[in-house]
Amino acid sequence: MGVAASIAVEERSVQERMARPSRFGDKAFEWLTLAMALAVVVLIILIGWQLWIGSSVAIKKFGFHFLTTSTWDPVAEQFGALPFIYGTLVSSLIALVIAVPLGIATAAYLTELAPLWIRQPLASLIEMLAAIPSVILGLWGIFVMIPWLRDYPFPWLKRSFGWTPFFSGPIYGPCMFAGGIIIAVMILPIITSVSREILRGVPDLQREAAYGLGATRWEATRIAVLSYAKKGLFGAVILGLGRALGETMAVTMVIGNTPQIAVSLFKPGYTLASVLANEFTEATTDMYLQALFEVGLVLFGITILVNLLAQLLLRTIAAKSATRAVQ
Amino acid sequence: MRFERAHNHTWRKIKSALAVGIAFGSALLVITPLGLVFFYLLINGAGSVNWDFFTKLPAPVGALGGGMANAIVGTLELLALAGVIGIPVGVLGGVYLAEYGSARLNSVLRFLADVLNGIPSITWGVVVYGLIVLRFKGCSAYAGGLALALIMIPLILRTTEEVILLVPNGYREAALALGVSRWKTIVHIVMKTASKGIITGILLALARVGGETAPLLFTAFGNRFWNHSLSQPIAALPLQVFTYAISPYDDWHRQAWAGALVLVTGVFCVNILVRILTRGRGASVV
Repeated sequence: MGVAASIAVEERSVQERMARPSRFGDKAFEWLTLAMALAVVVLIILIGWQLWIGSSVAIKKFGFHFLTTSTWDPVAEQFGALPFIYGTLVSSLIALVIAVPLGIATAAYLTELAPLWIRQPLASLIEMLAAIPSVILGLWGIFVMIPWLRDYPFPWLKRSFGWTPFFSGPIYGPCMFAGGIIIAVMILPIITSVSREILRGVPDLQREAAYGLGATRWEATRIAVLSYAKKGLFGAVILGLGRALGETMAVTMVIGNTPQIAVSLFKPGYTLASVLANEFTEATTDMYLQALFEVGLVLFGITILVNLLAQLLLRTIAAKSATRAVQ
Repeated sequence: MRFERAHNHTWRKIKSALAVGIAFGSALLVITPLGLVFFYLLINGAGSVNWDFFTKLPAPVGALGGGMANAIVGTLELLALAGVIGIPVGVLGGVYLAEYGSARLNSVLRFLADVLNGIPSITWGVVVYGLIVLRFKGCSAYAGGLALALIMIPLILRTTEEVILLVPNGYREAALALGVSRWKTIVHIVMKTASKGIITGILLALARVGGETAPLLFTAFGNRFWNHSLSQPIAALPLQVFTYAISPYDDWHRQAWAGALVLVTGVFCVNILVRILTRGRGASVV
């Protein structure tokens, strides 16, 4: 009896000795990884907080006028960000007008229309395009794209559409339109690859039904695939918009960096991201720096809203197709 | 009637072929810039990539020649600094998302990481400027490295999570059944099995931030000379390319093209290496 009990006790203590350190290790490791995972929460709060305290004086001084006035005069300490907001929105809009049809058509080609052997190499090339650093695209923009645009497409646009206010006035070279084009090149890979994932997620049943009814390849793509994936493709477009709004180096190098609100797309413009890139190191007074922090805050506010929307859209799609798959 | 239907069918077929043609044209147009950028990088840059380029400091204004040795070393130093912070945080955070946590908490964290990946990189520059540069009165390699690290964290976190989720549960069960503790199972079995994928994610993140300019503009700042202390401004290849590209001097433009060629070659080499690493991935899951 006594022996059995002492053996039991001994066994338990052996078990405890074996179990305890590893259980401590388990807890410690779990907490360590949790702390690292929480970094994403910390980072979002950190950005918002830093931009807010960095610009608090400017926010108090200029209030809502910061967003609605267009004087940007560091010497007189008058700061209005409207031309930058305008430039950001217009250049991104141009980029979307170019990149959305091209990106979605390419995605449809990659998943539905292309011969099988061409799909993977083409997708790899598009991934390579995504890997080109922004500054290099900007360099190419300055020395190759802008001279070409100035000599060929722009004069043609002016001759054909010069009667509209969008393509009137002198052609400088660096301008809003050039900025929009370079942003389009930057966001095409992401729009294409996200759209491709969305189209891949369309159940084969859709396609089979369309072909079964005698649809041609294009009809099946249009009726059964593209219209089915509408919402997801919209998510891809919004994600592209988010990237377009924040695109910095390539745009800064080709957009002309002039704070003005001009209807003509041949006139130079300025974006929120470009003004940060160009003027941050030149900010000599505290108020100037405050105003630039507020520009950063505005940019962060816009991009985070757009990205939240995009992720929500894409997530509801993913959830929907997951439940479909289970059914 | 019969004729009409046949005619209709032909028209539909033509329309379909047309649509395929347009889609093919779009795809071609999308990859055209890739070809053009490469072509011009080679013809404008190849002539200036020589021994001097890799071994010399930038020449003073007006003087010909010189190189970008300091910028190349600077970029490597910045990547090392970024990796020291970004890799452990990203990898361990990814481990948490894949191995622990409730479904709800994890989906929130995953969501936030995806949102963070969409934040413009220049924003990180502004934040680090406020956090480090203003506080310690000056741009430094530390500040630049931190800005790049913060960009890397959500990138690495997401790729690590994805590859760890691919490890079959049988591996974990086998290890746990042998009495191996949970954390040792994760470190020695799960992470080891997924190591190729994790390394791939890290390499891609390094290639991505290695080409970043915007977050370095007012953190690392750039430097025309060697950096002797990490608390001093430091040169970086993309920064140098930017400075030279917007300068008015022809010789600097040539240097910018050469720098761009070297930078793109580095980035593409990493991408191709990653492709080779993940080639045989179809059969074994990870």
